[in-house]
Amino acid sequence: MSECIIPTLTSNEVVASKSVLPDGWKADLSNLKGLDLTQAVLELLRRTTSRLPQDVIDALVKGRDAEEEGSRAFNTLNDMVRNILLADGHVTPLCQDTGTVIFWVRHPYGLSQAAVKRQIREAVKQATKQVYLRPNCVEALSGKNSGTNMDPFHEDHPVVHFEEWEKPGIEIAVMLKGGGCENVGAQYRLPDAAIGAGRDIKGVRKCIIDAVVKAQGQGCSPGILGVAIGGDRVTGYEKSKEVILRKLGTKNPKPAMDAFEKEITNDLNTLGIGPMGYGGNTTVLGVHAEEMFRHPASFYVSISYMCWSSRRLVMKIGSTGEVSFD
Amino acid sequence: MIRLTTPITEDQIRQLKVGDEVLLNGRVVLSRDIGHKFMKEEKPEWLKPILENMVIYHCGPVVKKNEDGTWSFVAAGPTTSIREEPYQADVIETYKVRGVIGKGGMGKKTSEGLQKTGAVYLHATGGAGSLLAERVKRVVDVKMLEEFGSPEAFWIIEVEDFPLVVTMDSHGGSLHEIVAQKSQDRAKALMA
Repeated sequence: MSECIIPTLTSNEVVASKSVLPDGWKADLSNLKGLDLTQAVLELLRRTTSRLPQDVIDALVKGRDAEEEGSRAFNTLNDMVRNILLADGHVTPLCQDTGTVIFWVRHPYGLSQAAVKRQIREAVKQATKQVYLRPNCVEALSGKNSGTNMDPFHEDHPVVHFEEWEKPGIEIAVMLKGGGCENVGAQYRLPDAAIGAGRDIKGVRKCIIDAVVKAQGQGCSPGILGVAIGGDRVTGYEKSKEVILRKLGTKNPKPAMDAFEKEITNDLNTLGIGPMGYGGNTTVLGVHAEEMFRHPASFYVSISYMCWSSRRLVMKIGSTGEVSFD
Repeated sequence: MIRLTTPITEDQIRQLKVGDEVLLNGRVVLSRDIGHKFMKEEKPEWLKPILENMVIYHCGPVVKKNEDGTWSFVAAGPTTSIREEPYQADVIETYKVRGVIGKGGMGKKTSEGLQKTGAVYLHATGGAGSLLAERVKRVVDVKMLEEFGSPEAFWIIEVEDFPLVVTMDSHGGSLHEIVAQKSQDRAKALMA
């Protein structure tokens, strides 16, 4: 199994030809009240579940090529690449755990959030029926599965974040966050005597190293870390997920934070945990960190771990209503 | 590469060592959180012939029902095994299970169970849902589908050349322990 797989995903034309959206579909932004995004969100989910972003594939290939050929780490990364090509070719889920489904919607004034939420919920129901998503939403205590991915008690799943902006267009980002990697996320309250972490960037660094060592291979390494420094317990964790939406290999706009991200990534890759915890040089694909506000008495470091199968995608509806995916 | 076909004998299992790469063939039974709690607490008799000398797979698959009423596996990678740590050793002993497939490895209690009964922990590549589903040749049966829901049900499947690595053997060896120890030592140096 050690022959090198050079990944080439199916072309954008082929992906578009399988779209659930009618040919040349455009959103009518002149009639925000009558806008129906259900099919567009379904298409967003179809693509997200079966196709990994190119930056993630590039990082996996870079990791593979940094491992000794024929080693277990090399073979495992190669199998991951093979899996990516299969799922893309078949348009089937990359991973059976299609995760908690999280949306971020940014929209102009005049669009009804209640209507968009209804449409997103309908799209998730349809995506579950069409087996793009596994039914992953159960009652907390009994474990009873609704089978539809709908929250049985409230309307809290799928998770939808809204933000109104000044632009005419709409952006909907989605992340499929697997349960295994969610379980190895961690929140620290500094100072933390157990790991000797104080209230400074050195302390933050210790939290990150500690979290990755505790995670071992269980979050499906090599992972992508989202780190929020500050916030309260809720906003910190929220931010730690949001920063994972940034493409791997892009710069953090804050130069000092960018340098920190690169340095900690290199450090983590000397831990020897490797893909799936088998040992190796590729423990993380990247670390994205952001500084936030905090209450003077609190200093939280919130870390979200995203598995190597980092399924995220942004649907952009431009000012003239045309749809693109990035 | 070692080819194994279920049912597996204790003798075959005792020969396996940490690091061995295995291609598994034959029947495998899926079970995860609810199933393990159920097996430990209820100990249903009807499961015994299904599990004896067989392999359990920690997996909640994406499954499609075909028009003719049969099922197909669409994505079927492993789920994190450590959640079954409180149950696994008992399950292995009660049902004489010879192997457990999952990801992330398991703890001391399971390791003792593997040694006592003669079983191994087999690691599959997490996230490789498509690749592993391709190696599922047939869905033979499903138990407790209504009661547990699709991701938690006991799916009985037939696999062909299912690619695995022995990461915990029946002699107390664990690749997970070795990697954890090394990474903890390195972390100490980084945090000094």
